Amino acid sequence: MPASDPGLYEYSPIIDRPKLTWPNDARVAFWVAPNIEFYEFQPVANPTRKAWPRTQPDILAYSHRDYGNRVGVWRMMEVMDRHGVRGSVSLNVAVCDHHPEIIEACLDRKWEFFSHGIYNTRYTYGMDEAQERAMIEDALETVRKHTGQRLAGWLSPALTNTERTQDLLAEYGIKYSCDFMHDDQPFPLKVKTGRLISVPYSLEMNDIIVYNTHLASPRDYGQLLKAQFDQLYAEGAESGRVMCVPLHPFMIGQPHRLQPFAEALEYITAHDKVWVTTGAEIADWYYAHHYAEVVSYLAKRSDGR
Amino acid sequence: MTLPSEYLRYPRRRAGMDHDRYDWSILFRRPRLEWPGGARVALWVVPSIEWFPLDMPGTPFRPPGGLDRPYPDYWNYTLRDYGSRVGIFRVMKVLDGFGVRATAAVNAGACQRYPFVIDEAKNRGWEFIAHGLDMGHLHHSGLSREDEGRLIHGALETVRRATGQPVRGWLSPANSESLHTPDLVAEHGVDYICDWVNDDLPYPMRVASGTLYSLPYSHEISDTTIIWQYHHSAAEFALQVRDQFDLLYREAEKYGGRILSISLHAWIIGQPHRIRALERALDYVTRRAGVWPATGSEILAAFKAQQR
Repeated sequence: MPASDPGLYEYSPIIDRPKLTWPNDARVAFWVAPNIEFYEFQPVANPTRKAWPRTQPDILAYSHRDYGNRVGVWRMMEVMDRHGVRGSVSLNVAVCDHHPEIIEACLDRKWEFFSHGIYNTRYTYGMDEAQERAMIEDALETVRKHTGQRLAGWLSPALTNTERTQDLLAEYGIKYSCDFMHDDQPFPLKVKTGRLISVPYSLEMNDIIVYNTHLASPRDYGQLLKAQFDQLYAEGAESGRVMCVPLHPFMIGQPHRLQPFAEALEYITAHDKVWVTTGAEIADWYYAHHYAEVVSYLAKRSDGR
Repeated sequence: MTLPSEYLRYPRRRAGMDHDRYDWSILFRRPRLEWPGGARVALWVVPSIEWFPLDMPGTPFRPPGGLDRPYPDYWNYTLRDYGSRVGIFRVMKVLDGFGVRATAAVNAGACQRYPFVIDEAKNRGWEFIAHGLDMGHLHHSGLSREDEGRLIHGALETVRRATGQPVRGWLSPANSESLHTPDLVAEHGVDYICDWVNDDLPYPMRVASGTLYSLPYSHEISDTTIIWQYHHSAAEFALQVRDQFDLLYREAEKYGGRILSISLHAWIIGQPHRIRALERALDYVTRRAGVWPATGSEILAAFKAQQR
């Protein structure tokens, strides 16, 4: 039976919570999440969602995405290097097999990997529990084998979930989930076993959404990144905020889109009270300093205080 | 719910691509490409000269610019036709002003309907590449190899006859292909194809008869994408062309020759209120030293001469 509420978190107004602090009194934890993806040429069909807008092979859409790996990701890395920003990679783990050169370049830069499923053309929709476990185990093992990292984060492939996804992630020891757009701070999730938090990802700052849904120009995108940052930086004086910039190398890595992004990174990283970090570092800090306090605050609140 | 077990099997999960059409290759790890005269950026302008038939089927999908109002859709049909009656001559005049010979992607149907335009382009030394039969005939996996072969044969024959050129390039309507399109166009004497938008430089593709080259037709720096799909202004179009060029020009110094590829459609960019934006963009680009205006075949020849 479909539920009317995800049932995964409490309603909690952001102005009525314990104060969130970041290392060195930073106001904003700033992280950049490049989606390094592989879209299959001829994927197996999922009954809930078509993989490609046109008939298969959809060589226009396929080759446009392939541009990200051949060309775009390398330009994006160069810009991030220049501004001292390490990426937290939302990784289709099959990229480890297809394009190990990209994984190696990320490792050289001490970037973090979190999982974005196996391929961006294999959706979680319709999986039974055993299948979903197999996908998570595959992701854990592939990332361990190719990077030596233990997966800490998860963004469901193409943001496709089942109702059990978050419980399974917690059971497998994943620390944070990016599937939630409900907040500007990390927040505890209600899972059956273990612990899990949401770390703010963003559709509003997501290059694909901004360009292709909101039809922004490259320069508009640079301006809107700065506007988002300015507002969060001001609010962060009272209680810490998170700003995530989710990217897709096939979009941001196009020549005409690169410079406004570079200027926004330069602007943001020039502020003192910004913690330029990764998803896992945000999660670790939150667990170490805030998780217990927030959980107990929420429990007291539900007792009626 | 459960999915078939093949949903979690990945037979093509391996090093490189998940098909055999071309090899995986990182742009920044290739040998430097040198353009004639030591140019940094080749300027490749590709206007499409198209015909959108009034009764076009819109299947298996509607191509960009395809007629989308109830039949008879004079609104869209005549607006597309504006390109070949009026807009294209503005585009020609602007390109003439900068000494740019374009590479025109022409539908066979446009050759038959607009021979005047073909002659004007020919007189300017433009190159012609074939752009299928017309915008109502898409290449897709629902076509049999034989039917698609006939479509390609017919389109190439018409374009070759109308232009008097060998016609070595191909752009499928709407950049849409079946699994066989590259093999079929190569069998019909085509050397380069412009449908794949995964690179900034030419690269070789594997076809049944040997090698076909992909040339980087631009899906992004295109009046269709920027003005018609993103609804950006003509001024924005000009700005994005400039930004594209500036980055490529800088990159070329370190990594070797690049291509500024600009896709045009006269029914969009050839409107009176937009045409000056194209002029301003080209003025900016062609003022710089080291810009080589070239046609598709010239770019391909320079590229091939440097391949081992």
